[in-house]
Amino acid sequence: MADKAIDLSLLDGVLDEYASVKGSLITILQHTQDIYGYLPKEAIERISERTGIATSEIMGVGTFYTQFRFEPVGKYLIMLCQGTACHVNGSELILQTIKDELHIEDGQTTDDGLFSLKCVACLGCCSLSPVMMINEDTYGSLTPDKTKKILKELREAAV
Amino acid sequence: MRVVIGQGSCGIAAGAEKVRKALLNENISVPISITGCIGMCYLEPIVDIYDEDKLTRLVKVSESDAPAIAEYIQTGDRSKIENLVVTDEDSEFLSKQTRIALRNCGIINPEIIEEYIEKDGYTALKKALGMTPEEVIEIIKTSGLAGRGGAGFPTWFKWNAARNSEGEEKYLICNADEGDPGAFMDRAVIESDPHNLIEGMLIGAYAIGAKHAVVYVRAEYPLAIKRLKNALEQAREKGIIGNNIFGSDFSCDFMIKAGAGAFVCGEETALIESLEGHRGMPRLKPPFPAQSGFWRKPSNINNVETFANVAWIINNGGEAFAAMGTEGSKGTKVFAVTGKVKRSGLVEIPMGKTLRDVIFDIGGGMKTDKPFKAVQMGGPSGGCIPASLIDTVIDYKALGATGAIMGSGGMVVMDESTCMVGMAKFFLDFTAKESCGKCIHCRIGTKRMLEMLERITKGEGKDGDIELLEELCYAIKDGALCGLGQTAPNPVLTTIKYFRDEYEAHIKDKKCPAGECSDLIEYSINKDKCKGCTLCARNCPVEAITGSVKQPHVIDTNKCIKCGKCYSVCRFDAVVKA
Repeated sequence: MADKAIDLSLLDGVLDEYASVKGSLITILQHTQDIYGYLPKEAIERISERTGIATSEIMGVGTFYTQFRFEPVGKYLIMLCQGTACHVNGSELILQTIKDELHIEDGQTTDDGLFSLKCVACLGCCSLSPVMMINEDTYGSLTPDKTKKILKELREAAV
Repeated sequence: MRVVIGQGSCGIAAGAEKVRKALLNENISVPISITGCIGMCYLEPIVDIYDEDKLTRLVKVSESDAPAIAEYIQTGDRSKIENLVVTDEDSEFLSKQTRIALRNCGIINPEIIEEYIEKDGYTALKKALGMTPEEVIEIIKTSGLAGRGGAGFPTWFKWNAARNSEGEEKYLICNADEGDPGAFMDRAVIESDPHNLIEGMLIGAYAIGAKHAVVYVRAEYPLAIKRLKNALEQAREKGIIGNNIFGSDFSCDFMIKAGAGAFVCGEETALIESLEGHRGMPRLKPPFPAQSGFWRKPSNINNVETFANVAWIINNGGEAFAAMGTEGSKGTKVFAVTGKVKRSGLVEIPMGKTLRDVIFDIGGGMKTDKPFKAVQMGGPSGGCIPASLIDTVIDYKALGATGAIMGSGGMVVMDESTCMVGMAKFFLDFTAKESCGKCIHCRIGTKRMLEMLERITKGEGKDGDIELLEELCYAIKDGALCGLGQTAPNPVLTTIKYFRDEYEAHIKDKKCPAGECSDLIEYSINKDKCKGCTLCARNCPVEAITGSVKQPHVIDTNKCIKCGKCYSVCRFDAVVKA
């Protein structure tokens, strides 16, 4: 996946709109990640050329915020909530279940490129804790069995 | 007749969108629309059926209930939906509240501006524009409204400071970077009543003399961003945002900035750094944002819930707001009640009520059969208030006296199964990760504290650990620049203060009284209770359980990884955790 050539022309629209607007670096990085799924090195260099912001500074900003990734992610990005309510209601068990099912650790992607796992800060759906988000969808009141079922369904849907 | 489905993030996660689609498939002759968060999160998905003003509320609805609901709407036959109708007891969850900030949440459709306008929306703005900015600030002063984001600073004071700052270009900023784990009222307000936020911000902008308004909202809240964008477009079309609002001299534009995931950006100067596209590291104060903020221009920052009260105050008068609450804390406050509580959701009540009112009277007490142990308030900056202080009054000062804080209003309720040392470790893990790294005490101190707490929960605690933890706590409080660092030790200090015996049990006896720290517990099977059903053995991931059918089983503690699976699956309470 990482070997795929990066099509930098996809960035033109974003950079035309924001490159000269001061204070837009985070917005640019967010759009870049929307396009590629992560922040490729080539894209960071292009952003630097167009905005005049040093790559070191871009990396400084990119690594500061948890939203940004520097590696491609799987088709399904699992964001497991680590909020207080989720903690109290057993998110640890859900984390273990996902690890056991997918054989990956936090921050890793499965070999088939289907799933990536990321533990994140509170998603704000505390009443349904424990909660996870997979791409844009939120799943609540998780149990180990329910989690397994969700992963299984997604895997089947992807085939 | 019309059907309204609660579609906040929680509702959707619980299946509200599936219910809506299923109802649409039934081809019912009445309109089906949506509303935001009703606040009774534990009963989602919720379907409200309005017949004129009479409301029939259906709860925990699933797709398969759609035909029965359709039948009720067509024929009036309630028999098949009777089991879905909200109970009187559950209805009390809302009827016992006093809703100001949340007044339209779960009632209007957040995607249609006309519904907000019908509820007197934007009349407060019109009224404010007929006054001088000083008069507006005076009303807010009379109301006693204080910042709802955590610090509780008087809103009028900040507005006044920004108003009096020199400079033509000023900014009004809304802090919607709701990062406290366990708090979600800001999300609910934006998702459910975005125009209320916009109106409050416009009034604030007028009061301080700002022509630019910015909402800094967490990227983790995509639905909130979507609805806010939609609301801004609608307001723009109606001339409520832009130049010469309502024909006055007042002009104000709006901008949304999505945060990128950093808790420290809830701190106002870090938020400004982030708005400018930098790492979110706090600035030295003074100068305060009111003098030198966004792009070094005078700026005023308030939280979402604070703004959500403003339109109501302008329309009803500062006195009406100040009539509620206590001497030092006026009006209402929204709490996100979650954890081991029976009824979880959003609770807005006047200040001056007690924690017991919220957790037991409205929240219904514990959902487990274990007793109430503590409530965590104020997130990573707050603390744990023990059961013995359940009658503490909700008031900035009274809560502060416990060692916790009002904070943004997260209330995570815990029962006897929650380990308080584990809780402290949980928050230190959070603050250690979220420390921006600027101040050494916070960056390294939180890490060292986390390591100590990890040791203690593993049974490797030593004599003197508690004292060393306390020493570090005070050093970090003294040595950190911003609110995040200064308050980071609070979860540790409050748990040591109220649950010192639990720390000692971990350190001296190598025991976790709550039975949560896996390194300090052991699972065994009670021979007398075990029926030999083999369920535990079949579920054990490491084959540590052996035994024949109908014979008592045994756990090999050397093989056991303490995952707790056997404990949770046993139907005869035969697995013992000690």
